[in-house]
Amino acid sequence: MAVLSYLEAIRETLRQELRRDSRIIIYGEDVGVRGGVFRVTEGLQKEFGEERVIDSPLAEAAIIGTAIGAAVNGLRPVPEIQFADFIFPAINQIIQEAARIRYRSNGTFSVPLVIRAPFGGGVHGALYHSQSVEAFFAHVPGLKVVVPGTPYDAKGLLAAAIQDEDPVLYFEHKAAYRSLKGEVPDERYIIPIGQADLKRQGQDVSIITYGLMVSYALKAAEELEKEGISVEVLDLRTVRPLDVDAILETAKKTGKVLVLHEDNLTGGLGGEISALISEHALFYLDAPIMRLAGPDVPAMPYSPPLEHAFMVTPEKIRDKARELAKY
Amino acid sequence: MPREKGLTLDLDADRLHSMYYYMVLSRELDRRIWILNRQGKSAFVISGQGQEGLQVGAAMALNPKTDWLAPYYRDMALVMAFGMTPREVMLGQLGRAADPGSGGRQMPSHYGHSGKHILTGSSPVATQVTHGVGIAWAMRIKGENGVVLTSLGEGSTNQGEFHEALNFAAVHHVPVIILVENNGYSISVPQSREMAVRDVASRAQGYGIPGVVVQGSDPLAVYQVVAQARERALKGLGPTLIEAKTHRFTAHSSDDDDRSYRSREELQEELRDDAVVRFREWLEQERLWDQEKEDALLKRVRHEVDDATDYADAAALPQAESIYDHVYGSSLA
Amino acid sequence: MSDKGLTPELMLDMYYHMALARAVDDRMWILNRQGRAPVVYTSNGHEAAQVGSAFALNRGEDWICPYYRDLALVLAYGMTPREIMLHLLGRAEDPNSGGRQMPAHWGHMKLHILTGGSVVATQDIHATGLALASKVLKDGRVSVAYFGEGSTSQGEFHEALNFAAVHKLPVIFFNENNGYAISVPARKQMAIQDVASRAVGYGMPGVIVDGNDPIKVYEVVKEAADRARRGDGPTLIEAKTYRFVPHSSDDDDRAYRSREEVAEAKKRDPLTVFAAYLKEAGILTEDKLAEMQQKIKDAVNDATDYAEKAALPDPSTLADHVYGS
Repeated sequence: MAVLSYLEAIRETLRQELRRDSRIIIYGEDVGVRGGVFRVTEGLQKEFGEERVIDSPLAEAAIIGTAIGAAVNGLRPVPEIQFADFIFPAINQIIQEAARIRYRSNGTFSVPLVIRAPFGGGVHGALYHSQSVEAFFAHVPGLKVVVPGTPYDAKGLLAAAIQDEDPVLYFEHKAAYRSLKGEVPDERYIIPIGQADLKRQGQDVSIITYGLMVSYALKAAEELEKEGISVEVLDLRTVRPLDVDAILETAKKTGKVLVLHEDNLTGGLGGEISALISEHALFYLDAPIMRLAGPDVPAMPYSPPLEHAFMVTPEKIRDKARELAKY
Repeated sequence: MPREKGLTLDLDADRLHSMYYYMVLSRELDRRIWILNRQGKSAFVISGQGQEGLQVGAAMALNPKTDWLAPYYRDMALVMAFGMTPREVMLGQLGRAADPGSGGRQMPSHYGHSGKHILTGSSPVATQVTHGVGIAWAMRIKGENGVVLTSLGEGSTNQGEFHEALNFAAVHHVPVIILVENNGYSISVPQSREMAVRDVASRAQGYGIPGVVVQGSDPLAVYQVVAQARERALKGLGPTLIEAKTHRFTAHSSDDDDRSYRSREELQEELRDDAVVRFREWLEQERLWDQEKEDALLKRVRHEVDDATDYADAAALPQAESIYDHVYGSSLA
Repeated sequence: MSDKGLTPELMLDMYYHMALARAVDDRMWILNRQGRAPVVYTSNGHEAAQVGSAFALNRGEDWICPYYRDLALVLAYGMTPREIMLHLLGRAEDPNSGGRQMPAHWGHMKLHILTGGSVVATQDIHATGLALASKVLKDGRVSVAYFGEGSTSQGEFHEALNFAAVHKLPVIFFNENNGYAISVPARKQMAIQDVASRAVGYGMPGVIVDGNDPIKVYEVVKEAADRARRGDGPTLIEAKTYRFVPHSSDDDDRAYRSREEVAEAKKRDPLTVFAAYLKEAGILTEDKLAEMQQKIKDAVNDATDYAEKAALPDPSTLADHVYGS
């Protein structure tokens, strides 16, 4: 078993999938010759040719719209949006087309499609290269939204997304690309979409999160253990559909829940998750559900003090979880 | 720089010197920024080296008092020739609180200056074109005597918003100039993989507006076509699409490495068409320039670059608490 | 009119589908005015352009991506009058959407008619994508996007044509230019006379054709399809046509165009012109015409009765088909 970075895990999965299924094509801005601006697709055009790994024109609505057509006509497109921030020109194609085609055709058409996009901040990307956009899409029935938090999960979830019969958004955290490393089996495996994973067992506080924040929460948990606070970390892995059972189980176990995401606080996944717990596990709670999230400003600013003020860090998580433990 | 002399009559020696000054200033400031990046003092650089000639030529044909710019990230020479100072550029580059574009919120090169008629821009490309058309449309409705110049790369012309903007501008005779700075690459993708036409200007036909191709390394030629487009716009005859053929002498940005997609031979060939060099040679030929003037200019520019660097370096970073400022114009409470 | 590549039988069949579409359309308006159908979008006036183009394709194999105006197109492509009426009345059996979409939102997987939404020009990109798959799969299919001239102001039109041209995809962009985007005349939509002139900016041929002449339309579409199948890339075709009735049953076109203008256009009604041509050529006799009209009347009556008796969707199916699994 090799130790791979988060980025390498994604690249190797793409390679494995391209070898496995000749219907898979990859395209997007700079994904071919350049191998992507983050090098996620490096070497793939060389191995699979220009017909399967395609440098597309700079036009996001066209990237997603053509992927929809190609999917209907029998391919398994895996388009890349260069930054999640650039997905908005394509939002009509994603929400009103891809997500609705099965429903509006009464099940006669389907769009098996995986949209990959790097998201998240802390890399000096400022307002248009740092956003977390998952909540916009998690709102939409017909879409599935996955946000892996480890190299292992990145592989299994990507394979699952590619074999899924519905449109899946696959968000990759930019700061995770090279900072996260882990053991990844060589062989193909599937992590079912919609299944959360308990990344750490604990007794006092549950942190429910996804994406890069999983590793941050684990760091915070280690520190708190030294203080005698036992923290459980639930990695959702998929934000639509949510693993309701796993959410309720950890809430009932510790009675204290901190929901954590980098995305803006208001209207983020935290509200949905805390509503689910309030509806189904109220009497198991020993404290109000707390949320820690990006502040309600339009996006992450560039200058270091402002970026730091926005970013959810292991220290902020530790402090918030301690506050909850002491409640 | 072959041309008929009569065509540049309204540019006297001072104005020609000024053009050259802005080109050199931009080149030197750009180089300084790369150094700061390699020293770890500036997180990100996106460069305009190679495109200075067309940018300065275009800016000089405008009137900063009445006109507006809606630029893109490669337009350092354009915004400086339009009135932004090296200090202001450097404040943005280093994310300082006093950055007039965004107070340190945006990435470098996301120019904007409300007092100097430069529209704030974002990173998704071609959005500024619709905005530029909107500003110009408002000018027309309000009866103002100005134009808007909006600029973009050739790759951005594949975006739907480019199409929507030009169509709208043409239907409503909007006083806007759309300047495509065609450097042949969208990050790594060559023009041939971006579009099946050789000239972006040919797209003008589909909107019923003039489309003009101009050599970007010839600032006087660019000056001339922009001046003509401006005249046309002020007369109420509507927009013009200008395509300046130019070069990008650096990688796309400090996070890019262009060796993976562009041969060094190709780059060498492009470097021979450097507007800064060609324009100086032309000035010398016309006996408007000599070594003494060149030395004095370089001294002045280096001083200004040093000054901008020192000034911005010493300037305050934004306060963390200011992160919540300017989400709305008034309090929601 | 010329008859290159078309047998008399095919021409009669073309005429039949044009007349059938007009009759189905007329019936839909009646049902609407009687309060039995909530809304109607019409192809009245566009029949020659639509039917002529359909006949030039490998029907049921090539992909078409229609828009709401394309009743005659989908009939010529194989959708039955019953299926049309099931869709109009929102019945469970509607093959387009099972009663989920508004009328005239065509889609039929078996016939290779792509399902469409209401936001215009989205289908242009889908056609490009279908063609991208055809290029990769080498399945020999051509895809055709159909759209009004107003929607060519949309960014997605631009993105679709550019993408298709760069990759020389087997796709045809078929514009039905009837001069109006609902109420807005073409001169307020674009500062050019011909949509076809936009082709230059993408490096593909732009062809103008008389949309009232089904044979001419057949010929240009055939040529574009051959070109596409040879690997020579996309073509933009502009069929000049006219809409004889309001945009929809909720519209009143008297607000934006004169009765004289409409009357003038009706002099070139494709049904009348084509019938006269076929009669002169000895292909259509009075007997054949009468027989055809009876057949059409029967088909329309049958379709109306069938759809009205068909079951509405069960409310318990509301959440079906959100996901495949």
